[in-house]
Amino acid sequence: MALSFDESGVRSSDEIAWMRDAAFLETLRRQMLKFATQQLSDTHLAEDAVQEAFIGAMKNAQKFAGRAAFKTWVFAILKNKIADALRQRHRAVEVSQLPYADDEEDNAHQLFDHRGFWQADEQPKAWMEPETAIKNAQFWRVFEVCLEHLPGRQGRVFMMREFIELETNEICAALGLTVSNVNVMLHRARLRLRKCLEKNWFVEGESC
Amino acid sequence: MLNCRDATRLMSEAQDRPLRWGETISLKMHVMMCSGCRHFGDQMHVLRRIVRAYADGADESATTSQRSDQDAAR
Repeated sequence: MALSFDESGVRSSDEIAWMRDAAFLETLRRQMLKFATQQLSDTHLAEDAVQEAFIGAMKNAQKFAGRAAFKTWVFAILKNKIADALRQRHRAVEVSQLPYADDEEDNAHQLFDHRGFWQADEQPKAWMEPETAIKNAQFWRVFEVCLEHLPGRQGRVFMMREFIELETNEICAALGLTVSNVNVMLHRARLRLRKCLEKNWFVEGESC
Repeated sequence: MLNCRDATRLMSEAQDRPLRWGETISLKMHVMMCSGCRHFGDQMHVLRRIVRAYADGADESATTSQRSDQDAAR
């Protein structure tokens, strides 16, 4: 990717090292593309959104001393680009086009007995020190794996709601789903994600 | 009385819309007697906190990350 900073008058010696770190930029671009593709279900739209976000962020790249700060900024721009694209595209995506169209008769019922009460070994337990967890790099690896394991539709709807912060009615409009469809998917995604985090980190996992 | 499946559904929806009066009451009564659902309710708030932190790049600034050490040394 060719990027020019000439207009800012920044000499190369003043440039921040990560700007020339091709591996970092490529990894970041790939992460963004994966996220945007998952959200938009359209490779071309996703590539456009990523490119626009990247160019937008690079304009102010000198302000960001560290990789983490830059990544946060570029993802914030990408979130807005995706939210705009989703809002513009009411009902463009048919439910049938979504991946994993209905794998999702799900293990939700395995969590509860026939009367709808927790199975004995599925009862949520108290979580130890969540504020410590979010400062731990190992925790984030667990979190990302748990997120990846959400079935396509659930993961996508969950990220639309929690990461991009769309309201339920905006998600309905973007995906052509009913409110109760979306509520069911969010409920299942949260059940699944909390179980995964509990099992792999907060209770049985080692938190160092 | 509410069962755990419905109680967790309401606690999930409480993240997305204000619950109605009747829903709030029946949920409170259930949670009073059910520690599993009480923990689930706490975890809904933690989950939101976690995803917001993720969106804010907390995963990049977490400790044991070599990258942040490099950036700090600069």
